[in-house]
Amino acid sequence: MSRPVSITLQNSQDGIAIANAILADNPEAQRKSFPAMTKIDCPGRLSILADSVSERLGREWDPQEIHMSVISLSGSVDEDDGSFTLFWR
Amino acid sequence: MNIDIQAEAITPRRHTFSHIARRFGVDKPASRYEEATYDVQPVANFHYRPTWAPEFELYDVARTRIVMADWYVFRDPRQFYYATYNISRAAMQQSFDDAVNFVEKRGLVAGVAPAWREAVAAYLLPLRHLEWAANMNCQLIADWGYGTQITSAAAFCGADRLGLAQVISRIGLVLGEGGDDHLVAAKTLWVDGAAWQPLRRLAEDMLVLRDWFEVYVAQLVVLDGLVYPLLCESFDAAGVAHNGAPISMMTGFLADWFADNSRWTDAVMKAAAGESDANRTVLNGWLRQWGERAHEALLPVARQVLGEEGDAAVAQARRQLSARLEKLGLTLGEEVPA
Repeated sequence: MSRPVSITLQNSQDGIAIANAILADNPEAQRKSFPAMTKIDCPGRLSILADSVSERLGREWDPQEIHMSVISLSGSVDEDDGSFTLFWR
Repeated sequence: MNIDIQAEAITPRRHTFSHIARRFGVDKPASRYEEATYDVQPVANFHYRPTWAPEFELYDVARTRIVMADWYVFRDPRQFYYATYNISRAAMQQSFDDAVNFVEKRGLVAGVAPAWREAVAAYLLPLRHLEWAANMNCQLIADWGYGTQITSAAAFCGADRLGLAQVISRIGLVLGEGGDDHLVAAKTLWVDGAAWQPLRRLAEDMLVLRDWFEVYVAQLVVLDGLVYPLLCESFDAAGVAHNGAPISMMTGFLADWFADNSRWTDAVMKAAAGESDANRTVLNGWLRQWGERAHEALLPVARQVLGEEGDAAVAQARRQLSARLEKLGLTLGEEVPA
């Protein structure tokens, strides 16, 4: 089993939408709910797709906006216009 | 002494309001949009009928021929409630202001061919009166419509239309180098100009419609669906030959707004048509009727701007609208011979 990557998000409107998008797009992702925040673990690799989040928010969502919702993350980051990916090398 | 700090998780007993929980389930946190729109309007136990229309309840499904089992299927893909609407519109206003300030500061309008400047003033500025009519129509939908989901979105759209009228007025001020001559002249054109009378008559006929969904179709789907492509594509393209780029910088905003609003109108039309064949028949009837009238009303305006190519431009806008509606399972009807 590969090491888990993880991301912790605030339970804000954006954060909830991002968490839901992650869970829909990464079948192995696990949600852990805490007061005011949500931690998501996923073995090896986790992708946040901009289209998927945009659809849930009803507006264009830029992966750079993730920093407004992130509390913590672990893993290397690969970011482009369409996605934000966490992984271990 | 040892202080042990721990986070104690308190599970909320309820994640949302009861009326939202009944619809989506108790253990699911609802989004603000859902809480602000679903099942907010009262549906029963009305005390008094409106004195001005005693045949109806205060909120009454019978105010339109469209029949829905559930009036909360008109989900706005933009998910507008107060905050999201204002954030989105503030950004739009900012982009328009930036464009106009850029044009104004550099005096770019002076580089546009004078004849085209006059032409733009004559085709664009009277439309601010049409936007005002659109505002009234949206407010009627907000007033007589059924279900908060469509009425709140219509009220937002109404506010948009006042904003658009202001945007057009601002362009008029830039064209007049700060003076209001062009705006005054445009009002005269709207009231007296021969080319504008069919469109003004159409707008005034819409203002006295009583079926709010018909108003929705006539104004937001048909008329907007023809006016905006005509304005933002055909008229705009004609300006290229006259160095019209500075004008396009200012009017480009209108195309952005129309694309945004169309996401909502498409979703509403798709949901209404998908409900039943009876709805589809009613919608197609309205589309045909108002499609023909709007087509005819826009011809003189298009001819004035584009000359002989005016008819083709209106037909092109009509084909675009027709293709859009076909994707939603609706038909605009046969093309009318000009």
